[in-house]
Amino acid sequence: MRFVDEYRDAAKARALAARIAQLCEPGRQYRFMEVCGGHTHTIYQHGLADYLPENITLVHGPGCPVCVIPMGRVDDAIHIASRPDVIMTSFGDMLRVPGGMGSFLDAKAAGADIRMVYSPLDALAIARAEPDRRVVFLAIGFETTAPSTAVTVQRAAEEGVTNFSVFCNHVTIIPGIKAILDSPDLRLDGFIGPGHVSTVIGCRPYEFIPRQYRKPLVVAGFEPLDLLQSVYLLLRQLADGRCEVENQYARVVPWDGNPAALRAVADVMTLRPYFEWRGLGFISHSALRMRDEYAAYDAERIFPVPGVRVADPKACQCGEVLKGVLKPWECKVFGTACTPETPIGTCMVSSEGACAAYYNFGRFTRERVKEAVR
Amino acid sequence: MCLGIPGEVVELLPNHPDLARVEVSGVRRAVNIGLLADEPPQPGDWVLIHVGFAMSKLDETEARATLDFLAGVGQAYTDELDALRRSNIE
Amino acid sequence: MTEQEVLDRIARARARRPRVREERITLAHGAGGKATQNLIEAIFLDAFDDPALAALEDSATVEVDGAHLALTTDSYVVSPLFFPGGCIGDLAVNGTINDLAVAGARPRFLAAGFILEEGFPVAGLTRIAGAMSTAARAAGVRLVTGDTKVVPRGHGDGCYITTTGVGRRDPTVRLGITTARPGDAVLVSGPIGEHGVTVMLARGDLEIDADLVSDTAPLHGLTAALLGSGATVRVMRDATRGGVATVLNELADASGVAVVLEEDTVPVRPAVRGAAELLGIDPLYIACEGRLVAVVDGADQERALAALWDHPLGRDAAVIGRVVADPPGLVLLRTGFGGTRVVDTLVGDPLPRIC
Repeated sequence: MRFVDEYRDAAKARALAARIAQLCEPGRQYRFMEVCGGHTHTIYQHGLADYLPENITLVHGPGCPVCVIPMGRVDDAIHIASRPDVIMTSFGDMLRVPGGMGSFLDAKAAGADIRMVYSPLDALAIARAEPDRRVVFLAIGFETTAPSTAVTVQRAAEEGVTNFSVFCNHVTIIPGIKAILDSPDLRLDGFIGPGHVSTVIGCRPYEFIPRQYRKPLVVAGFEPLDLLQSVYLLLRQLADGRCEVENQYARVVPWDGNPAALRAVADVMTLRPYFEWRGLGFISHSALRMRDEYAAYDAERIFPVPGVRVADPKACQCGEVLKGVLKPWECKVFGTACTPETPIGTCMVSSEGACAAYYNFGRFTRERVKEAVR
Repeated sequence: MCLGIPGEVVELLPNHPDLARVEVSGVRRAVNIGLLADEPPQPGDWVLIHVGFAMSKLDETEARATLDFLAGVGQAYTDELDALRRSNIE
Repeated sequence: MTEQEVLDRIARARARRPRVREERITLAHGAGGKATQNLIEAIFLDAFDDPALAALEDSATVEVDGAHLALTTDSYVVSPLFFPGGCIGDLAVNGTINDLAVAGARPRFLAAGFILEEGFPVAGLTRIAGAMSTAARAAGVRLVTGDTKVVPRGHGDGCYITTTGVGRRDPTVRLGITTARPGDAVLVSGPIGEHGVTVMLARGDLEIDADLVSDTAPLHGLTAALLGSGATVRVMRDATRGGVATVLNELADASGVAVVLEEDTVPVRPAVRGAAELLGIDPLYIACEGRLVAVVDGADQERALAALWDHPLGRDAAVIGRVVADPPGLVLLRTGFGGTRVVDTLVGDPLPRIC
């Protein structure tokens, strides 16, 4: 596959890994946060940890839009989905997320019409095909996905489709990162920035991080060589005494982002004054809702929802894992009460959640695994 | 987030100006190119696909530059190793 | 607790007797992974308490008055019913033949039960029956008895088929999921994931086009070739729902060994890879319907490969990994990138993701 395979070359990885080891100051511990869940996935999928020296720790951050949705919002979505006149459409990622009373899959088993879609446009197509039912699209994701939802709503409005609406749970990445930076428990040396969010917002929004917080940030692609190169660039900044935003993913990310995408979002959506992030609490101006002009496409205004704030189960420590304070195995219920089959929190159910990634991929001690594979 | 895959634009759809057919490793899907309206992609261009939308055009010059850097790191490393080896022999 | 203590605790939890916690059946119970396994062990093994059943092989090996037989049954609930490369009828015949073939048996007779939904087109049924007849004849198997029921509209997906098969076994051939040992080689007879991706795309909701067809095929000729090659064959399985990863996890668990796969050696067609990358799913977990997974003594791997290559269904056969002793119960993958990761048992259906 072009533009993919070249960035998975093992020989180049070995050379880069050697450079990285050279750049590390002996005896110094480095902690870099990879904000984006997609990066977590890459690290485990390809076994990237084997290429990094022991003194570099990659901390998983809150950039998992599935992980940060509070249980009460999942319940609200299931409430809508359970109406007989509704077809609920959702990305696959959300189907196993547990709310206070079960997941979408459980609701489907109980009779709700819930369908998985690959794109919001597919949800709109279902609305056109089934004029007697009301189709709701569960919109999740950071700024990468918000423009797609926005354009879909614009299409619906242009075509006069009246049985389509969006239950909007889009969140924005900068307030999430800021919450991490302001968190007292955290010690980080730099950030690996979210590559695909940046195709929309560009690289400028991160400039406050080196300026105000004195941490470097490298916007990174999603292939394993992209991540290794980003670690290398971070180390070089630290070694050179620089502190700035760098774009490792320049083949895809324009410095100024995508103005058309930002225009679409601005047209259809607006910031909520505050929104609860699971594990991080209420963060102001961190999530999007539909503008009043598009009220006819806003599921929250069309359907009554309980809107109840459901506290996370007492045993759940997703918040600390999301902030990178706890490693997955340090959570009291990891692997016993909370497993991919019986997830308590979103870190375990989302395929890119830190706990799922560790459980599925990284669970065995590196030495034992290396020995087996030798 | 966010699963984004590079795909090649193979066909513009004449009846749907905001759609293009894109190919990934022999697999084809129509994607919405409306977010690239400021500089619409043409057949032969590569775009990043996310949830059925083209988010960005791939910049082949930058792709080349990244690969050159990666190859260069390898080369520089090999050169250094060679230099080290030679200096040992002397 | 230290990391190791946590990991030990997890290992103990995983070894515990399964319980079904859910009150209702969900789709995860049908995916072939952990949920399915739990259901079978907690409910069916418990209820029937039979040693042949408890072996949980694809076919039961039984003896009837001196005749060594293999007996199997399978239900087919695919949607859509017709897809590139075949239809539910092909799956129903080939799938059951394959369960017998991997037990080292020669498939002889089939029985078929049909559950038809009110309103299902008769022309569709005719097509399906025709496909089954063609498949059975090509495989030298006779369909000798059957049953038909009709359920009201809305109570079935058009057509469900259950087939039961019986075949004759050579009692000297010793195969079993518990017999793999360190040094063994793991082989697959061809590219993986074709059936699952074909059907997923054929449903039409994803609006993805690819030149892919289902790999549905009867494997008894291939298994006979392998058994006749002189190679010491320990295990044979056809990789259906849950894919190659599920078969290998069952194997690792049952035999108390580890399986180490080499990502670069696993055959995957470019279109399957493209679709899987687009959707964010892993080909190792995607269903096949005509692929053999075999474990042979390491010393015999070349001989086994040669036998497979000689057969039209095995031209792209490959050695994809090996069995090692430790850590037991685990499947590991050495990635093309040179790192390693664990390939765990599936929890539910592999769901496409956007993140």
